Amino acid sequence: MTRPNLAVNLGGLQMKNPVTTASGCFGFGPEYAPYIDLNRLGAIVVKGTTLEPRLGNPGVRIVETPAGILNSIGLQNPGVDHFISKALPYLKEYDTPVVVNIAGNTLEDYAELAKRLTAADGVAALEVNISCPNVKKGGMVFGTDCFMAAEVIRTVKQHTTLPVIAKLSPNVTNIVEIAQGVAEAGADALALINTLLGMAIDIHTRKPVLGNTMGGLSGPAIRPVAVRIIWQVAQAVNLPILGMGGIMSGEDAIEFILAGATAVAVGTANFVNPRATMDVLEGIEQYMEKYGVKDINELVGAAWK
Amino acid sequence: MPVREMAKVVSNSPVKPGYYLMELDAPKVTEEAKPGQFVHIRVGRTMDPLLRRPISLYDIDKEKGILSLLYVVVGRGTRMLSEIEAGADLDIMGPLGNGFWLPDRATRCLVVGGGIGVAPLLPLIGMLDQAGLEQKILYGFRNANAVVGIDVVQEKGWPLAIATDDGSVGHRGFVTDLVKQAITDFKPDYYYVCGPEVMIRNVVWLMKEANIPGQVSLEARMGCGVGACLACTCKTRKRTGGQQSVIGGQLSVAGHEQNFDYSLVCTHGPVFGAGEVIFDD
Repeated sequence: MTRPNLAVNLGGLQMKNPVTTASGCFGFGPEYAPYIDLNRLGAIVVKGTTLEPRLGNPGVRIVETPAGILNSIGLQNPGVDHFISKALPYLKEYDTPVVVNIAGNTLEDYAELAKRLTAADGVAALEVNISCPNVKKGGMVFGTDCFMAAEVIRTVKQHTTLPVIAKLSPNVTNIVEIAQGVAEAGADALALINTLLGMAIDIHTRKPVLGNTMGGLSGPAIRPVAVRIIWQVAQAVNLPILGMGGIMSGEDAIEFILAGATAVAVGTANFVNPRATMDVLEGIEQYMEKYGVKDINELVGAAWK
Repeated sequence: MPVREMAKVVSNSPVKPGYYLMELDAPKVTEEAKPGQFVHIRVGRTMDPLLRRPISLYDIDKEKGILSLLYVVVGRGTRMLSEIEAGADLDIMGPLGNGFWLPDRATRCLVVGGGIGVAPLLPLIGMLDQAGLEQKILYGFRNANAVVGIDVVQEKGWPLAIATDDGSVGHRGFVTDLVKQAITDFKPDYYYVCGPEVMIRNVVWLMKEANIPGQVSLEARMGCGVGACLACTCKTRKRTGGQQSVIGGQLSVAGHEQNFDYSLVCTHGPVFGAGEVIFDD
């Protein structure tokens, strides 16, 4: 019996299977190497990277919520040059494409990030973060304004030959409009969804728990929102989608794919189960076997097609 | 190298109201474990609560492959942990973090613990004893009901003094009173401390005044436990030379204007050199 096809093409990013990591939930790779074989991932999306090193936000940076977490890390990262010189050589040892999530304060930042990462040997695609809720400049501001979102993508496209994945914020009134805007600007794929803006208050101190007051909600608690958004956007915009938002298992991933995702990213689940990506991959394979699915691509958007 | 292991719960019993001692048959994690490290535990099988709980190692029996955890029930996660019965399988990751290290030159060590913060000190005390270092152990608790983790110390005859806030056991007052006294009487040339942050901060201040180096073991709200989520930060002084490494789970970022880094309690710590940590007022 021939093995089913798991390979997918995410806007020019060739993946041997549809399972990747969500930015900010997998570090730069070595953190989870003791637990899984990084070669088995469809791609690795690394921690959000900025032009200059960033310290991130003051603590408290994380709080547990019902079936989820709120975080306000604030894009702590060592900067793009450090990433290229220190993290990329390690990642290149693996037979897994590396996707770098980039975030900037200005259009110029995005242009420079795109240039440097395109020139670096070993980057397979750029995921453009215009949706981080935890930074003051740039971040979600770009992602909630249709014109600005498109401008960022247009700028990145002008400075790279790599596939460009636009990571969108769910914290908008009409995400379909933003998706259409970045599609027209030349995005090769969409990443849906970033975290939902949320907040927790300590009833004993009567103060917000997070140092940054508000944070991004992730985990299984947001899964229905992510599925809904992928369903809506996939039917309106002709771009492949990297789906994410609380995926914990193969069954969850299949739900995203049926809604219209071509590939899936596993985020918060890694914190709970360091083998989560592998469990998701194996769960997808079991589902395909159970239902005699020969090619994973047959399932993309099958819930509405 | 840390591993994920399905450990068998050998026992899980209260030692005092709210305080529990759990023994785990976890040969893989135990083999690698060092004093001061921790395990990250999945306390339930459902999605709520979602995150694992970091619990420090109270005893490491390498011969039997048994880990002991001394913990206090503070919230839903530790409550669920306390309800797990002997014979159950427990999903653990570990050993995680950097543990205590032996001092280069010291001969007389002060070991200071407060509350449940005494738990990770027991393997350290054993390590110091094996290394032939003279030590004095000072523990502080709220009251007699909160006194835990002293049985083995007493059995082995290691020198221990206790302070309680209400004087129900030992010295009436704070453990820092005992520290002040020990600086004069015992004349330590090194120290270790673990406990509530305010206590650590005060001990570090006293020892700094006396020009004595040491190590601190910190706690923080933790996400992944492996250095990926960057949630469990503490402020540390800038590392010299601006060296940064992302390989091996280490990530420390030199700020531009600020004179500190955010280090990760899970992978840079939980044990830090006392001089590295910046305590906010």
